[in-house]
Amino acid sequence: MAKTHVTMKVNGAEVEGLVEPRTLLVHFIRENLQMTGTHIGCETTHCGACTVDIDGMSVKSCTMFAVQAEGSDITTVEGMANADGTLSALQEGFRMMHGLQCGFCTPGMIMRAHRLLKENASPSEQEIRMGISGNICRCTGYQNIVKAIQYAAAKINGVEFREAAE
Amino acid sequence: MIPGSFSYHRPASVADAVKLLSDLGEDARPLAGGHSLVPMMKLRLATPGHLIDLHGIAALKGISRSGNNLVIGAMTTQHELLASDDVAKAMPILHEAALQIADPQVRYRGTIGGNVANGDPGNDMPALMMTLGATYRLEGAGGARDVAAADFYQGAYFTALEPGEILTSLSIPVPAAGHGYAYEKLKRKVGDYATAAAAVVLTMSGGKVVTCSIGLTNVHETPLLAADAAKAVIGTSLDAATLKKAAAAAEAIMAPAADARGPVEYRKHVGGIMVTRALQRAASVAK
Repeated sequence: MAKTHVTMKVNGAEVEGLVEPRTLLVHFIRENLQMTGTHIGCETTHCGACTVDIDGMSVKSCTMFAVQAEGSDITTVEGMANADGTLSALQEGFRMMHGLQCGFCTPGMIMRAHRLLKENASPSEQEIRMGISGNICRCTGYQNIVKAIQYAAAKINGVEFREAAE
Repeated sequence: MIPGSFSYHRPASVADAVKLLSDLGEDARPLAGGHSLVPMMKLRLATPGHLIDLHGIAALKGISRSGNNLVIGAMTTQHELLASDDVAKAMPILHEAALQIADPQVRYRGTIGGNVANGDPGNDMPALMMTLGATYRLEGAGGARDVAAADFYQGAYFTALEPGEILTSLSIPVPAAGHGYAYEKLKRKVGDYATAAAAVVLTMSGGKVVTCSIGLTNVHETPLLAADAAKAVIGTSLDAATLKKAAAAAEAIMAPAADARGPVEYRKHVGGIMVTRALQRAASVAK
């Protein structure tokens, strides 16, 4: 099958490559671009580990073809640190609140939480839980992931983070 | 999992898309949000030789008011429906149902046109469109035609769409001001299809039901309109005996498959409960 030339912006840099139409975006990111922060979990659109941000949308990159991303602006977990290399509020939240154990779901969780906080800067706990309902974690029981996102929201909003009493 | 090989086409107009579909024949499939088709392709349960991506057609996007109808372009995503003030104000049941479809990521890509055109009995929008009395616009090489949602579904994945046709928009009559509505969906987890779901749109006057329409999701090979159940509640105050009668009338037309969501008897039973809950909640929000 003839290959197609694609160009897109990933984490601020223009990238290009030759892909078959059937190449999934997640494979293009991981194999062509050698950016392996975006994970492949279930490959069936359920788990959310492959979530990236495309033109302001959280998308499961295993369910979109690379050719469909032509001309788009993509952020992956590699693009989440602050410009000076320090951890962003979300990354810091996951670290401080122990929002990961094995870490496999973390890139997808962070990319989804990134868009969630862009759309709703002060989500309730329920809104966070529904907001990450397309991301599956098999270690944490979600408790600390929710806290990590609350931590990040507080930091972004410049208020003190207080853990809710359990 | 990698799909089989295909050629990718990205037409910029409906006319071009329709021409591609008729030129390429049965080996070509239109691609909307892709969140049903791409997983099927990865499992090689679908192996189209050509994909015609509809994302390049601007005319298929958007929500507008036409007289008393809301007209929604087929490529409008569930996320865009949720973000629309027009939908929230004129047709809150559409907002409520869209929020129960899949998960946030899927809703950014999944489209209303794909949801209603695929003919998957598990999809939520078809029964809702039947309940609201929506009409679908189908465009093919021979021109455009309108088909009522109630006449569109013929069997699981079989619809009134002819080869070479694309569903381009939906026209939905705006329910009367003060109407009551509810979409009750029982599912095992976020992202699952309904074990059973019921949509209710009704109007009330003096505590009695004046008009009522009831749709059922995933309890038959097609979405259903529960006409007898709706008729049973007209003129009543939805007392316990009436609710029981309506649920029984709805259960009588259900023929769900036994699957991981439960045996037939269970799915019919909870289907009746969804009808009861939807009727009660719809009545409680009616003005």
